[in-house]
Amino acid sequence: MQKDSSSVNVNAAGVAKNTYDAIVIGSGISGGWAAKELCEQGLKTLVLERGRNVEHLKDYPTATTAPWEFEHRGRMPRKFLEENPLISKAAGFGEESAHFFIKDKDHPYVQEKPFDWIRGYQVGGKSLTWGRATQRWSNFEFTAPDRFGYGLDWPIRYNDVAPWYSHVEKFIGICGNKDGIEAMPDGEFLPPFEFNCVESHLQKKIKEHYKDRHLVHARWAHLTQPTELHLKQGRGKCQARNMCMRGCPYGGYFSSVSSTLPWAHKTGNLTVRPFSVVHSIIYDEQKGKATGVRIIDANTHEATEYFARVIFVNASALNSTLVLLNSKSNRFPNGFGNDSGVLGKYVAFHLYRGSVSASIEGFEDRYTYGRNPTEPILANYRNLHKQDTDYVGGFTTFVGAYRPRGAEDASETELGAPFKSALSKPGGWRTYMYMQGETIPKASNHVRLSDTEKDQWGIPLLVTSVGYDDNDEKMIKDFLTQSSEMLAKAGCLDISPYDTHQAPGLDIHEMGGARMGRDPKTSILNGWNQVHDCKNVFVTDGACMTSTGNQSPSILYMALTARAASHAVEEMKRKNL
Amino acid sequence: MNRREALAATARVLGGSIVGAQIFLSACKTPEKKQAPFSADDIAFLDAVGEVIIPTTTDSPGAKAARIGDFMRVMVTDCYSDAEHKIFVDGMATLKERSRKQYDKDFVNLSGAEQHTLLSAVNKEAKDYASNKREADPEHYFTLIKQLTTWGYFTSEPGATKALNYLPVPGRFEGCVPYTEGEKAWAL
Repeated sequence: MQKDSSSVNVNAAGVAKNTYDAIVIGSGISGGWAAKELCEQGLKTLVLERGRNVEHLKDYPTATTAPWEFEHRGRMPRKFLEENPLISKAAGFGEESAHFFIKDKDHPYVQEKPFDWIRGYQVGGKSLTWGRATQRWSNFEFTAPDRFGYGLDWPIRYNDVAPWYSHVEKFIGICGNKDGIEAMPDGEFLPPFEFNCVESHLQKKIKEHYKDRHLVHARWAHLTQPTELHLKQGRGKCQARNMCMRGCPYGGYFSSVSSTLPWAHKTGNLTVRPFSVVHSIIYDEQKGKATGVRIIDANTHEATEYFARVIFVNASALNSTLVLLNSKSNRFPNGFGNDSGVLGKYVAFHLYRGSVSASIEGFEDRYTYGRNPTEPILANYRNLHKQDTDYVGGFTTFVGAYRPRGAEDASETELGAPFKSALSKPGGWRTYMYMQGETIPKASNHVRLSDTEKDQWGIPLLVTSVGYDDNDEKMIKDFLTQSSEMLAKAGCLDISPYDTHQAPGLDIHEMGGARMGRDPKTSILNGWNQVHDCKNVFVTDGACMTSTGNQSPSILYMALTARAASHAVEEMKRKNL
Repeated sequence: MNRREALAATARVLGGSIVGAQIFLSACKTPEKKQAPFSADDIAFLDAVGEVIIPTTTDSPGAKAARIGDFMRVMVTDCYSDAEHKIFVDGMATLKERSRKQYDKDFVNLSGAEQHTLLSAVNKEAKDYASNKREADPEHYFTLIKQLTTWGYFTSEPGATKALNYLPVPGRFEGCVPYTEGEKAWAL
């Protein structure tokens, strides 16, 4: 029997037992940071996670599994694919990582337009399976929507977050090279992963032909040379296995599970409650602020309330938006902090449709040792100082070269010993480029609550209405043209531009829904990620994004979270919260 | 391969689509006749066919030692669509029959040379079929057998560790190291 989640009676003793200084909704990449920062500042902090618990090392069942030990050698069986057509599409999803993703039928949503919403419901969230690219945003990105008139101005600038980027980078460990590129500012870097010989060649050729295009070493959350601070977290050097999405037994890459959560736990101030599906944020009209969070236990379906002075919403972009939309009260009849009516609107994402692959001759006397878990980056070169294309926004290009096994056509030519021998040797080199492009937030690209359908916990389903636009099509075209041209100038052959035409969402970079801004009439959050009309609620995950920029966003969420947590603690000390 | 590269590379860069991977996109939902499970004879037959495709050589065991017949059984049963399953099973029957017609012997009892001659002819037919077929046409059964054999072998313990250079924990990455012609490729 499903209980009515709106009727929760808690007595005074129950309230005391369920009261913390801070509540963090979500334990993923930003929730983990909120927990760490708040716990370190001495706040008793409750982290609510809707999925199961995952502990570092203990809950990485495939971390050291050999290829032949997977029953289907990494592939999911047909029955699973038929039952889970959505989640099976996620990059890196397979027999080795399926346990860190949801199953489709457990978590339905309504796609008004095709949108692949990829989720990982467990302690650590998607930080276990993230892409790990960690470039900083540049000031170009913070100012572009306003400068070129395609969006709301950010209430903050690069200088506001730069120190917090440093704070996060030192703790999680970022490899990279200081390249002095204005479009992709330098950070606190551990030594970078080396280029392979073809990547070095591409870098040289691109530099020769384009003075404003810089192919540089990956900036990625890997410990190439752990510092004292990383060793204290119990993490060690990246072993170049490139099996990150299984969970790393060495703690070589950053996740909430390997880093921030255990660190927060050591303070003695952390409580994590798994299987806690957040129903809504509780608003107290007399006090004029939020007093707690109502949850439904994922297993028992029982409703419970928890109370705190500050609440951090880090449930992932669309789920944080969903929680706010579902937090209705007399004061906020249209969703929490939604006087402006923009809650759920201006959802955007990253454009991942375009890629170009090619072969390159030569370099046959060169190979690699170990497996590079990172990829070189060609920093954005479009629409920086001025608009120099027929679209707005820019794109980051990830670039790589590799030497696959086997002669190219061996599989079609013969049988027997020569065939086996050809497949046992490295073949020719191949290269690729793929895009991570900015998209324009629009009111029409939105999410909202279903009027009719609810999930098994009685929470309205999310309706996604997010699609591509003409700007996206123009950017893809330009990316494919430019990338093909660069590869041609570098001497590559068989250059194949490709547009996947995949639905938005598969990029797993959905952003917005509760955007930051200066004006409460057009935004939900202020420059400190506080809800304009209820300052003790902070939203510091992808939901807060005013625009998408073209850099990988996770580290910006972490930096914004640390910055907001520091602000929250100061405001609490000043008795403003 | 990285998370993002996987997006770019799947089914395109790394040598065409893998049969069975796109099952959920298939429009054909008509349930076909359930196939009988593979018999011990089928497994032995597939081991023999696999061993011709990837034989034992001086430096490493062949597909039979990698239990390729059993691997094919698991993959065809668990991962193939009904239509692909049928192509595979019908293909086994066709191949067995062809051996009996041509040599008056079961495939497993042919000499190594006879097996090689027979499969070379089938391989050529599969190649010709592939180069003439339209995209929507089904794959040739021997293409399926060959794909499963090479994939299964090089991800098996003998294939990965003996025919290739298996390095589960490299410890470091070096981007540009010398390669001498003839050296084995990395298994991962």
